[in-house]
Amino acid sequence: MNVTLFIPCFVDTCFPQVGMHMVRILERLGHRVTCPEAIACCGQPAFNSGYWDEARQVAGKTLHHLRDAEAVVIASGSCGAMLKVFYPQLYAGRPEEAAAQRLSEHTWEFSDFLVSKLGVTDLGARFPAKVTFHDGCHGLRELGIKSGPRKLLEKVRDLELVEMSDAETCCGFGGTFAAKFPMISTAMGEVKCASAADTGAEYMVSNDSSCLMHLQGLLSRQGKPLKTLHLAQILDSQ
Amino acid sequence: MSNAAQQFLEAAGTITRNLRHRGLIQTALRKYEVARDRKKSAFNDWSSARQSAAETKWDAINHLDTYLTEFTSKIEARGTKVHWCPTGPEARDTIRGIIRDAKAKCVVKSKAMTAEEIHLNEALEKDGFEVVESDLGEYIVQLRKEPPYHIVFPAMHLTRDEISDLFERELGSAPTREPEELTMIARRALRRKYIQADVGITGANFAIAETGMVSITENEGNARLTAALPRVMITLLGIEKVLPKMEDLALFLPLLATAGAGQTVTGYNTLYGGPRQPGESDGPVEWHVVLLDNRRTELLADPEQRDALHCIRCGACLNVCPIFRNVGGHTYGTTYSGPVGSVITPHLRGLQDWKHLSNASSLCGACTEACPVKIDLHHHLLQNRRNAVGETPSWIERLAWRAHAFAVNTPALYQFGQEVARIVEPLRQRLQGTPLDPVKTWTSTRDLPPVAPESFKEWWRNRR
Repeated sequence: MNVTLFIPCFVDTCFPQVGMHMVRILERLGHRVTCPEAIACCGQPAFNSGYWDEARQVAGKTLHHLRDAEAVVIASGSCGAMLKVFYPQLYAGRPEEAAAQRLSEHTWEFSDFLVSKLGVTDLGARFPAKVTFHDGCHGLRELGIKSGPRKLLEKVRDLELVEMSDAETCCGFGGTFAAKFPMISTAMGEVKCASAADTGAEYMVSNDSSCLMHLQGLLSRQGKPLKTLHLAQILDSQ
Repeated sequence: MSNAAQQFLEAAGTITRNLRHRGLIQTALRKYEVARDRKKSAFNDWSSARQSAAETKWDAINHLDTYLTEFTSKIEARGTKVHWCPTGPEARDTIRGIIRDAKAKCVVKSKAMTAEEIHLNEALEKDGFEVVESDLGEYIVQLRKEPPYHIVFPAMHLTRDEISDLFERELGSAPTREPEELTMIARRALRRKYIQADVGITGANFAIAETGMVSITENEGNARLTAALPRVMITLLGIEKVLPKMEDLALFLPLLATAGAGQTVTGYNTLYGGPRQPGESDGPVEWHVVLLDNRRTELLADPEQRDALHCIRCGACLNVCPIFRNVGGHTYGTTYSGPVGSVITPHLRGLQDWKHLSNASSLCGACTEACPVKIDLHHHLLQNRRNAVGETPSWIERLAWRAHAFAVNTPALYQFGQEVARIVEPLRQRLQGTPLDPVKTWTSTRDLPPVAPESFKEWWRNRR
């Protein structure tokens, strides 16, 4: 299959290893991976701030570059939800509506692509550690992704998966929310980190680097031993 | 920034650092979630129950004119006086008039968020009437002279020790840590008031169009006493409370109890059909039903967010909301807090003054998932943001988003930005913790991830 990777701006800039692991995994499974270098952002920050015209300025370019892709795979449930759920709303009643609808149907969050589209759960990975999984809200509630990442983690050799008490509770990132209401965002993150730490896990794993950027930022600042990892990094471990 | 927004930011800044508050609310609401999930499993199919409830409310709200007329004609036929009040002040004045005509001195009142909405108690107290809240939680916050913390659990932010101290101070009771004894102290004080009161004011959970009846659900029996003992009864309800048929209660009563409090069904469920009828020995001699619009019809006129009128005020969205759990009910500064409050307050009290509540959300969607009548709450927050910008855009923000669009759409500029970020990173780290830090809203509590030495796209290019 021809897989087109959409690498969100923060993954490109701060977490390139997530994209690299995705490329290796997809190529190992025999797929042809491409990555359009001209696009950098899905437009969600402006969209969530209420500036839909400005969001369309960004989304329009992304839509143009991805419109004919066989499968678009994204390392973030949040950016994935933007393409899959919100592009059709952003372009409702506009000439691009059909293209947005088509793109929506061909867009996959990474773990969902592996499990639901490819039917793969065992990637031959080994990761000897105790981990807990954080459900990013956009992946969980906009895209309905819950069991996929866990099926993938259960097949990883020597990995112990434990559930935290508030796995489905928001970590407090929320895009521009984290900067506009840092005190609320921080309190939410602290609650999340405490839940994860209570499990005794060494790693909090998620399929969304944006949640992890916020959570790791808190954990590092507070000198907590818990570490965060993107799912792709574990699935590519030997 | 509006005054309300400024107050919200200040209150949120203080309370989110209050670890005692955080522990209290998180613990209470985690217990609620356990109880709710246990009761949800008693439904054959919770999701189809929600769907059915949403469809019933859709019918009720989209034919509100028909159902309200049906409700009033049926209830008036049994001697109830119905008052249509387009605004809060009109509802207030109507109720003040009824109380004056009844030559009342003391008014006893059961829980009604609509009364909070129109600031009824303050108005009545200004007129010289004594108003006593009969719901235990409401009574406690009334003694503390503060608004309810939560639409269903008004005093959930208080511990038994704080309540004991309050009763000792206000009622002269002996200190106790026993909830039963605290309840008895309140009961002894309240029972006297039911007997003294000339007028009883209640809210309503549902108004049944088919039979012209008002359904009130409660756990303490206080609403029954409020309605039954005084000579005059007044029921204040929002026009969205209507349900088409009596049989709808078979779904809505357990749905409300389960979603709202993790109960199979609420302790006391009463239907009121009219004042005391000839030959009856008890019940109020007069019954006034006050129907409140207060800009609900403006929400009705918005097809995108009309479903917010489905709300049965169960509080489920507050209970699961991580924002509510961290900022608490008082921080909102609104009658209706939590997600539904953030959605409807801009409609009820003005978008520009209250848009900050729609922004103060991570859009996680836990509210929408919990709502028993399937209101698309978190997407309405997004729409409020869009509508606020559409009305009065901030030109600075608009310019910033245009610059952002230009930068991410121009690969050379985007890459140049990454280079600059790499170069200035050591300087930025030196500025961290000072007011000059350009990203201090992030770094005041969190480390910023460093810009990678090689971006993904650079790796991708080099690899080929």
